[in-house]
Amino acid sequence: MDKIGPFFLPVLVLLIVIFGFTRKVQIFDVFVEGAKDGLESTFYIIPSLIGLITSINMIKASGALDVFTSFIAPFANKVGIPVKTIPLFLLRPISGSGSMAFINHIFSSCGPDSFVGRVTSVMMGSTETTFYAIAVYFGSVGIKNTRHTIPSALCADLTGFLMSILLVKLLF
Amino acid sequence: MMNYIFGALFVISVISAIITGRLEEVSNSILSGTNEAVKLTISLLGMMCFWTGIMKIADKGGITILLANFFSPVMRLLFPDYKKTSPAIKAICMNITANFLGLGNAATPMGIAAMKEMQRENPKKEIANNSMAMFVIINTASIQLIPTTMAILRKVHGSTSPFDVMPCVWISSAVALLIGIISAKILEKRG
Repeated sequence: MDKIGPFFLPVLVLLIVIFGFTRKVQIFDVFVEGAKDGLESTFYIIPSLIGLITSINMIKASGALDVFTSFIAPFANKVGIPVKTIPLFLLRPISGSGSMAFINHIFSSCGPDSFVGRVTSVMMGSTETTFYAIAVYFGSVGIKNTRHTIPSALCADLTGFLMSILLVKLLF
Repeated sequence: MMNYIFGALFVISVISAIITGRLEEVSNSILSGTNEAVKLTISLLGMMCFWTGIMKIADKGGITILLANFFSPVMRLLFPDYKKTSPAIKAICMNITANFLGLGNAATPMGIAAMKEMQRENPKKEIANNSMAMFVIINTASIQLIPTTMAILRKVHGSTSPFDVMPCVWISSAVALLIGIISAKILEKRG
């Protein structure tokens, strides 16, 4: 991956720009329009990030996070799950900005290229905010009984988490 | 749910700060946390805008429709209740493709459109049918070609190669999706 890494982004951008040209897209105008969407959605997350990064910082500073991790450490170690990833495991299906705030804490305390940093990156990239998606989609049509949706979706989430740990152990 | 978690975080941290005598640290963490949140968003902003701009070019060029056709045979296997030409299948394909490309803003309205199409033929309006459940499960285990936010966040924190975890992300989400689909197929028979 070290060899492909630097090529990835420029080549992808090149391909998309050529694709746009051949399809007669006004690429600059459309780029600006798209960037505005990004501006809007990035600014939109500021309020929730302020709330969540602050509360996660408080939990960390108060020592409660250490108590929590040392409490579950024996169990997690037995199964082979890195203790520091457990809060993300609990937060990820419920809140997108919450897990982003937690990952921010992991990256600044352990570094993004550490083992835990990589595992949390893969967890974040390969799972979704499950309960949010369920609420939005079923809510939009007034479904009350979601039947097997939640068990199956959580099954997939659990698989994603365990696979993240396994794959980072194998490939790095 | 989030309201309880948010509240619990504050209550637990203040109580535990009183017990451990770390009130000053907690007080500082409030000031630094708010600052950090704003700084983080600002540092993400440039790359987020650049990326949504580039992806908008791909989208306007019709890449979503091209790929949606490509995904369509697989979708028909997963949603056997709908014909190839049905508007439900079309909306499902568009939503899954948009998610695959990381076009979150575009994906949600298409997903809601897909749900509305499925609801139209649903006999019991308050109970999800198999296709609806399958659709939402696929969405919650969504495969994303380039996990942009995560890569940008890695870069901001000084990662030397922010994209090097991508193969792991692909394999992990593919396996998770597969397990989601299999478990849905097993559980849907139980009613």
